Amino acid sequence: MSVSVPETTSKPAKSFKIDLKILGPLLALILLIILGYSLNPLFLGEGNVTNLLTRSAFIGIIAVGATFVITAGGIDLSVGSMAAFIAGMMIIIMNSAVDSMGASIWTVLLGVGCSLILGLGAGFINGFLTTKAKIEAFIVTLGTMGIYRSLVTYFADGGTLSLNSGAREIYRPVYYDSFLRIPYPVWVFIIVAVVGWILMNRTAFGRYCMAIGSNEQVARYSAIKVDRVRTWTYVLQGLCVSLATIIYVPRLGSASSATGVLWELEAIAAVIIGGTMLKGGYGRIGGTVIGALILTAIGNILNLTDIISNYLNGAVQGVIIVAAVYLQRGSFKRAIRKKAE
Amino acid sequence: MSIKALTLALAATTALAAPSLAQDQVKIGVSIPAATHGWTGGLNYHANEAEKRLEALYPNLDITIVTADSPADQAGDIEDMTSVQQIDALVVLPFESDPLVEPVRQAKEAGAFITVVDRGLPDETIQDVYVAGNNTELGATSAEYFKTRLGEGDNIVILRGIPTVIDTERFDAFMAGIEGSGITVLDNQFANWNRDDGFEVMQDFLSRFPDIDGVWAQDDDIAMGVVEAVRQAGREGDMFIVGGAGMKDVIKGIMDGDELIPVDVLYPPAMIATAMDVTVANFMSNAPVQGQYILSAPLVTQDNAEQFYFPDSPF
Repeated sequence: MSVSVPETTSKPAKSFKIDLKILGPLLALILLIILGYSLNPLFLGEGNVTNLLTRSAFIGIIAVGATFVITAGGIDLSVGSMAAFIAGMMIIIMNSAVDSMGASIWTVLLGVGCSLILGLGAGFINGFLTTKAKIEAFIVTLGTMGIYRSLVTYFADGGTLSLNSGAREIYRPVYYDSFLRIPYPVWVFIIVAVVGWILMNRTAFGRYCMAIGSNEQVARYSAIKVDRVRTWTYVLQGLCVSLATIIYVPRLGSASSATGVLWELEAIAAVIIGGTMLKGGYGRIGGTVIGALILTAIGNILNLTDIISNYLNGAVQGVIIVAAVYLQRGSFKRAIRKKAE
Repeated sequence: MSIKALTLALAATTALAAPSLAQDQVKIGVSIPAATHGWTGGLNYHANEAEKRLEALYPNLDITIVTADSPADQAGDIEDMTSVQQIDALVVLPFESDPLVEPVRQAKEAGAFITVVDRGLPDETIQDVYVAGNNTELGATSAEYFKTRLGEGDNIVILRGIPTVIDTERFDAFMAGIEGSGITVLDNQFANWNRDDGFEVMQDFLSRFPDIDGVWAQDDDIAMGVVEAVRQAGREGDMFIVGGAGMKDVIKGIMDGDELIPVDVLYPPAMIATAMDVTVANFMSNAPVQGQYILSAPLVTQDNAEQFYFPDSPF
């Protein structure tokens, strides 16, 4: 398993440089916070910070799962569609349960249970097709992305699936209420992130993921069960999507074909901004969490100011994402040093 | 042997084709975008309802509805309908205006009667009939309503759709409508005709502006997201919200006297049915139908909401 050694340790030179690599995403986030605050002091108001954290929970939770998939050298493009599909199925199941058992906490729990089963199942299908059927992950998840998106459109008849209002009132606090002044979705995000960090950095599973991502052949010769570990990363991803959906449904109480559009790209962006390599072999859960916060903060800052033309919002986001990765790679330092030489 | 089989096959096809020729069947192709969000979902519903109704009315009428996922898809659909099915008329709601000019022109040159719906084609000589909602009027009607509720010193925020011509027409007409009324537009942002974005943009507006008296959400899907954000902030009593289009949940709320969304401005997905009716009338009646049919964008209030309520529609 010595093959798994990520490239940070292969360059032991200056401790400052290693710090920068780890602190890069954090530095980018701090710069963004300063920018946000200088554009509008309300950015750091308690209400806004709470909104921002709650919002980033969806992409953040999904991105924690995506970190494992990407670290093991895979990719999952289906997460946005999967979230929409699971949200739709949860609503259908809860609505029909209301007919037989009334709007109660049990109805909501039934919906939550179904969400977990669907998430794990969908993740397993992606993993199974990738490892056993030997189809490229890009292709498998491109396919399932289309399938889930069509299914939610079909079940909603092209419109919107809305949760029964009785069940809605019972379920609503899951998104809107808080514990110790921190909203429940943020708690879920924190727990997922902590568990994810432990899995990635303190267990054999995390080391296997990095080993497979950096060199699959060598990992295989080192007696790592490559297919099984890979499949598990997709199952984990499915579980994360399911958890995100469980806290998403009470927010608007509805799902439509417009739900979760481009979430897969946002999740991948969060992972990459956080310092995980897109080609695999090196994963950072902490970075992913910061990446998700950066992405949400950009949208939030743009809404809090009107100095940039609305038509340019996408361009600003693009520039900040690229700049964040540039900072995080520490490439600017290398460039400066080259100039000095 | 093979020649005999061929003759038999030919005879069989001719026999099958014969009755339709004899009855002078009218074939109408309807090409619309797939149901990818609420409004197009409503569009699909109303197209299918109109097909059932019209085919029951006229036995010699054959309507085919095809839905496309992209402009390129739609161009392919129209080519197929023209060359393979040899349609007598085409009802098309273009995904995008420019890329569909040539396919529709080919259908026209093949002899089809052309009805264009909603998003116009830049070359108007291709179409025989144009049926559309009125984006300018939607903006203007909304502005009129805001002027009845608000005045000097009142503040509103605007949540727009996606950067497109439709959005700009609505927005410009609204801004022109409220000019001189003393109403201040605090800011406008795109919410992409989407509930989630409506929710998030409105959350930010709420934390940024302590005094908001009205919200123009420009679309009902966005308005549904705005409602949740306003409820979360506990500011239901401070403001009212106006969407647009005619989503059934919103219309139902207006019928029931909802104070948060007191009115709606119509931009009906049922316009596809109007277009199909007019196209069929060209073949089945002796009245001229060529020209432009611009549907108005009336204000839906508690008094008239019932006539715009379609409980079975997905939208």
